[in-house]
Amino acid sequence: MKKVAITADPIRTSQALDLLEHLGGGALASFTGIARADLGVVALELEHYPGMTERNLDALADEAMARWSLLGCVVIHRVGKIAVGEQVVIVATAAGHRAEALDACAFLIDRLKTDAAFWKKEHLGDGSALWVEAKGTDDARADKWRE
Amino acid sequence: MRFVYFARVREAVGVDSEERAVPADVRTVQDCIAWLESCDARYAAAFADPSRLRFALDQQMVAADAALADHEELAIFPPVTGG
Repeated sequence: MKKVAITADPIRTSQALDLLEHLGGGALASFTGIARADLGVVALELEHYPGMTERNLDALADEAMARWSLLGCVVIHRVGKIAVGEQVVIVATAAGHRAEALDACAFLIDRLKTDAAFWKKEHLGDGSALWVEAKGTDDARADKWRE
Repeated sequence: MRFVYFARVREAVGVDSEERAVPADVRTVQDCIAWLESCDARYAAAFADPSRLRFALDQQMVAADAALADHEELAIFPPVTGG
């Protein structure tokens, strides 16, 4: 079972977990990214490259499914304007045992950060906005999975 | 060739996409950047820091030395920041 989606509508972790619960495995893992209440930030805005971004996510899901023999994998990313406190991304995995589910889940979010075509802007309470810069620490985490 | 821009690059260039006839001596992504910069100051501003530019040809990420060859779409954008 594999589901990859990009949506402008609000997303919920429970949506993803419901899809993975009854696949016969003994382990479910998930990561949820939330628009963080950094100082002055009222909303995020996520932009993507229609076509390419879907393929980026699909390729990551395929890699995770094969590398950890997953029973299921869900990747849902929201785009457009997202208020602080709302969900931005959900990654969830189902496997026979916890090690595969947890590792695959970490792989998916670490590599999504560096390999999927999304760009994030922060909207501040005073009406200004600024693009978020990519972080070297994210590259280092993603590279660990290439060793 | 069709050019598409995202995020900070899109805002600096001022459009999200455009069609342009590329001169014959422009062979790689890097050549394309230099050629666009020579066309208009907007591009020079958008592409000022090459370490903060990434590229895709027909929706496949490529390096700056990639050949344009028969590709139809070049995307230019900053390093990605999703998740």
